[in-house]
Amino acid sequence: MFFKLTPTTGQPLYLQLMQQIRHAAETGALKDGDQLPGIRTLAEELVVSPNTVAKAYSELEHEGLLELRQGLGAFVCVKRRTRSLTDQVHVARRRIRDLIERLKDDGLLDEEIRRAFEAELLYPAEIVRQR
Amino acid sequence: MTNDTVIVTHALSKSYGSAEVVRELNLLVGRNRITAFLGRNGAGKSTTIKMLLGMIRPTAGSGIVLGKQITDAEENRKLRRRVAYVAEDKPLYGYMTVEQTIRFASSFYPDWRTDVEEKLLRDYELPLRRKVKMLSKGMRTKLALLLAFARRPELLILDEPSEGLDPVGIEHLLQVLVARSAEGVSVFFSSHQIAEVERIADHVCILEKGCLLVDASLDQLRQLYRRIDLVFSSLPPEREFWISGVQRIQTSGCQMSVFASSNAEAVIERAHDWNAASVEVAPVGLREIFLETVKEN
Repeated sequence: MFFKLTPTTGQPLYLQLMQQIRHAAETGALKDGDQLPGIRTLAEELVVSPNTVAKAYSELEHEGLLELRQGLGAFVCVKRRTRSLTDQVHVARRRIRDLIERLKDDGLLDEEIRRAFEAELLYPAEIVRQR
Repeated sequence: MTNDTVIVTHALSKSYGSAEVVRELNLLVGRNRITAFLGRNGAGKSTTIKMLLGMIRPTAGSGIVLGKQITDAEENRKLRRRVAYVAEDKPLYGYMTVEQTIRFASSFYPDWRTDVEEKLLRDYELPLRRKVKMLSKGMRTKLALLLAFARRPELLILDEPSEGLDPVGIEHLLQVLVARSAEGVSVFFSSHQIAEVERIADHVCILEKGCLLVDASLDQLRQLYRRIDLVFSSLPPEREFWISGVQRIQTSGCQMSVFASSNAEAVIERAHDWNAASVEVAPVGLREIFLETVKEN
């Protein structure tokens, strides 16, 4: 399993790791019952604080995607919920593709679209609700 | 002092004559964490570290490390056995060989970790029979690190541990720090290597002119610090954007760039109130946070 954490994206590293593990489970790169490296092993491999890995694992355990067994490590448990998420991501991608095509038809450049997406994603949730 | 902290200081200060090197520092370093101590040269980092270890007497204030008063000679002796310290200038005896230095240091610690010593000797490729005074700067640093890592401290205090190391050496150092941290050792280190700090630190303290300007977890910094670039058809008064959290505002023509340590959403809201033609929000890396923080001061 390969993970890539980017320290400068404005997003905590443990969240990045959670997303990448989640994504791997959604795409099938990680399957039900697969074992993830131990906290220390993964922390040394990624050269990040062990707390980063520990926090990501424990949050994912909360979500039900990982099962932490004392002394044995972290195991993936892909339930139906994760599969339905795969479908949701599929649908979302199609919708985003359509939207991007429309924006390009309107004359926006790739870079402008990317910036608009990034700006919207960085808005805190409350503001999005207000607008 | 609770069980969650390894270092606590209260208004810790040091002056040399009229020069205040450290000013009323209130430091709180968490247990089982990697805490980075950043600051420009002369900001007071080494002086602070030496006060924590009882090597310099504070002018005022107090400090507790691993539950012991730093200014009490007896308590300090006990404390020093539980702390491994790598000094900025890596003082070692020049007339000893690498091997003699390691045997000498290990004789003080009955629980010396031979496994760690052997592994690091291999990794660092240190010449056992060479005299310390003949070592390169990088090798000296590696030897000093080995002496600290082969102990079983509760707390590692490292002053510029990456000094003199090449990129491979730095990467290896970071891995060793991560490994020690995973074993439950708390780490407090000063560094100028911001990109490295950004990867492994849980918490960052930035010292400038003896004052603590930033004291936050890296997760907090990542989530809160933003640069907001705005374009207006006509520029609103700058004071409209000086709200809490805003650290710096630059304007040029009808553009405004706002650097915020928190409260970015309020800045964005204000920008919409002033009918901004463009609002771009970008995260800010630790390098930029550091530069803005020391510049502003």
